[in-house]
Amino acid sequence: MNAVNMRNLAILLIAGGMAVLAMAFLASLAEAQSNPNAFNRLMKPASERNAPPPSDGIHDPDSEGTHILQTPRESFDPLPDSISGNYVDWNAAIDAGDIAPRNSIGESPAAPIVLDLNIVREVKGSMPDVVYPHKQHTQWLDCSNCHPAIFIPQKGANQISMASILLGEKCGVCHGKVAFPVSECRRCHSRPKEQTAAN
Amino acid sequence: MQISSKLWLAVMLVAAVFSFLYYEAANAEYGDVVINEFSDEAGMRPVVFPHWFHRIRFRCKVCHGDLGFKFEAGGNGINMLKIIDGEYCGACHNGDVAWSIENCDLCHSGIPETPTHVHHSTTQKLVAPLQSGTTDSAARQADGGEQQP
Repeated sequence: MNAVNMRNLAILLIAGGMAVLAMAFLASLAEAQSNPNAFNRLMKPASERNAPPPSDGIHDPDSEGTHILQTPRESFDPLPDSISGNYVDWNAAIDAGDIAPRNSIGESPAAPIVLDLNIVREVKGSMPDVVYPHKQHTQWLDCSNCHPAIFIPQKGANQISMASILLGEKCGVCHGKVAFPVSECRRCHSRPKEQTAAN
Repeated sequence: MQISSKLWLAVMLVAAVFSFLYYEAANAEYGDVVINEFSDEAGMRPVVFPHWFHRIRFRCKVCHGDLGFKFEAGGNGINMLKIIDGEYCGACHNGDVAWSIENCDLCHSGIPETPTHVHHSTTQKLVAPLQSGTTDSAARQADGGEQQP
């Protein structure tokens, strides 16, 4: 057996080994898919979040432009984490100076007019009361974005229910679409109810 | 030389198999808006607007106030004439603030026939799950059409 044959044998062995590995991987994948009692059957694994545009499900991988677009993961990497939505804590990102979104199109925009005013809404039922912070909202938005079309600027004038929010009204105009979703209950329902008339 | 080229081929083959396995038509980014009001009819791919990319650079009020974008996917009647006249996207996408409109593919990059909707929105998930390949207005209406003044 000469040196060339030895080389070919080595290549064959390496390639064969890799093929076996690939088959084993395929088999484990098939098993994972067929196992009815797998963990988190309906959940998207963390590794699939913020996928690059060509594999994100709405961008067309056949389009040249799709492959030029930035991958969210790359952009989000230096930003503070959150538990849902974009998995970015956008307010913390502003507060930490990680991002500095402009307040107008020009390069030297005026600073936003931030209103530091909390509105407490006492809610029916057992959930903690809602504390609405104007501060975080006015960092992003103008008064006129919400008042008076979405919220009448008057105490007690706005009927809000979780049902309407889930349907995309009131808070749901943004929360559940682009701002953090309503599954983060405690970020709004944050003030424990006072214990009254307890005997 | 022979070894390295053959080995390279083998590695590439295996890598191709693995990358194919890992490729999944998964899910776009939370808050991405697909706008397909006129695109399909015009033979263009629908527009995908990435909220996340824009909110890193601009506060919400710049577009949803100064530029007059309503909080409604597909509710603004944006067309290319308005854009080249400097309205809506055209206020920035003019080759001055942001790249210009000759980069058609960068916006018109959606999968054809994807209906107008806010991707991954609660209403889309709960109320009007998308039927892929259908452009129905029900999804859009459920996705935020009705709260506009």
